[in-house]
Amino acid sequence: MAYAKNLEEVRALIASHKRWDLFFAVVGVLALMIGVLTFAALFADMAMKGVTRLDLDFFTNFPSRRAGQAGILSAWVGSCLVMLATAFFAVPLGVAAGVYLEEYAAKNWVTDIIEINITNLAGVPSIVYGLLALGMFVYQFGFGQSILSAGLTLALLILPVVIVATREAIRSIPQVIREGSYALGATKWQTVRYHLLPYSSAGILTGIIIGMARAIGETAPIITIGALTFIAFLPPSPLQAAPPFLSFEWLLSPFTVMPIQMFNWTSRPEAAFQANAAAAGFVLVVMTLAMNALAIWLRYRLRRNIKW
Amino acid sequence: MVNDLPVAAITAKADVKGLSFYYGDFQALKRISMAVHERKVTALIGPSGCGKSTFLRCFNRMHDLYPGNRYDGQIVLHPDNTNLLAREVDPIEVRMRIGMVFQKPNPFPKSIFENVAYGLRVRGERSRRRLEEKVEQALQDAALLDEVKARLHEPAYNLSGGQQQRLCIARALATDPELLLFDEPTSALDPIATASIEELIHDLKKQVTILIVTHNMQQAARVSDFTAYMYLGEMIEFGVTDELFIKPQMKQTEDYITGRFG
Repeated sequence: MAYAKNLEEVRALIASHKRWDLFFAVVGVLALMIGVLTFAALFADMAMKGVTRLDLDFFTNFPSRRAGQAGILSAWVGSCLVMLATAFFAVPLGVAAGVYLEEYAAKNWVTDIIEINITNLAGVPSIVYGLLALGMFVYQFGFGQSILSAGLTLALLILPVVIVATREAIRSIPQVIREGSYALGATKWQTVRYHLLPYSSAGILTGIIIGMARAIGETAPIITIGALTFIAFLPPSPLQAAPPFLSFEWLLSPFTVMPIQMFNWTSRPEAAFQANAAAAGFVLVVMTLAMNALAIWLRYRLRRNIKW
Repeated sequence: MVNDLPVAAITAKADVKGLSFYYGDFQALKRISMAVHERKVTALIGPSGCGKSTFLRCFNRMHDLYPGNRYDGQIVLHPDNTNLLAREVDPIEVRMRIGMVFQKPNPFPKSIFENVAYGLRVRGERSRRRLEEKVEQALQDAALLDEVKARLHEPAYNLSGGQQQRLCIARALATDPELLLFDEPTSALDPIATASIEELIHDLKKQVTILIVTHNMQQAARVSDFTAYMYLGEMIEFGVTDELFIKPQMKQTEDYITGRFG
């Protein structure tokens, strides 16, 4: 017994210290449960209210004045197309900006200011992006109230997320890997192309999907640029039967998205529409969770062969 | 202080002339001059922080990757007498001529084949046949071919530490470097793997000039033909390994190699 007097005292001391362990564990579990259970309750409530409406027709019907016949066809197709446009713009821009900042930019005060600004952009309220987009994409560039405008807006919104994820993924690659590449006479671009991008792809993809999962639920900026709330047609198909088989007309088509459809139904007085809103909310949450699950799976798959 | 060198039949691959190096304001190397002899092994020894790794990394302009570093003086590479440190000489050109093996094995998270082929790909080699030939030859030269022949397309990370380091040597050899730099190549390896790397270095000097940093004096004595002892950024003594270890000219060198300090 070096310090305490005897074995009993040591045991008493350890026991009293362990009470704090227990105390913190309880506090931690409570904190965790408040978040998890609240979400689980909301999700279960939504699922129960909406379950009667969840059938195939719900996915293949356009909205209708009769709640029983209304569906989310135009909304889910719109959400998917907007996501496609968002990814198309956000991914190359965000990854390129992230790679540039991490590997090419000189480390000086200009870079520091840019960094701080990117972090700040992630915290700008989404409606501000909506206003910016309304002035710039809808009117200035004349894209109108289209999928293109929505995709560009949401791309701007998630750009900081993609940039930050790219930078962090690239930064986590050990310096010895870069030196190994440079020592063989590689240029910066060769190092980025053959090493940094492939090894950071898991982290970058995770960031992209998490950004997209945020974008798919965004309502405010989409309303601001003027998405329709009641739309009973689909945008022209991107795939055509005749050459050149691809069409980009859909980009300029009016549209609606899931959260707007939901918002529209919740603001109706009839109770039957509330069930529709719950069902649409359930589908939206499942879509978001599916995207997160995909991110986790991709990360696991891509990291399997990469060890340092 | 330079011993009498057996001048006959020895040509210099590189001459270091008054090399100083600065990390920002800190002078890490002080007017170093020495020769690196062709197809010989030259070892750099000295206590931690003496600047031996810093010196080694001047040869392939590794310091250019980080801001705030400055070279002064020359490293002249023969036979074309190019000053490797000259501002107008592209560091990438330097690294294409001079290979490097690092302290900790750093294979890329790719297949064994792709690791060795990488330097060739960087140089624009596209022919599958040429790539296969060169990769096989390099693995052979690095004494690794027999162990990995059947699994060239498996991840390099499945190899043991010693095998990984030999893979890194093969990767450097694949592009036929004129000079090969080793930065404490065995410090992360067990004694058996260390012995195999030392044996390999001994064999390799038939085909390439070698400059090796080691914190292990026995290793310097075993593998090198010439040894340079550095202390606090200065070259204290440079000479034929046997002579330097048996009868060092400088008191400081003697203190170090007899273990009185460092």
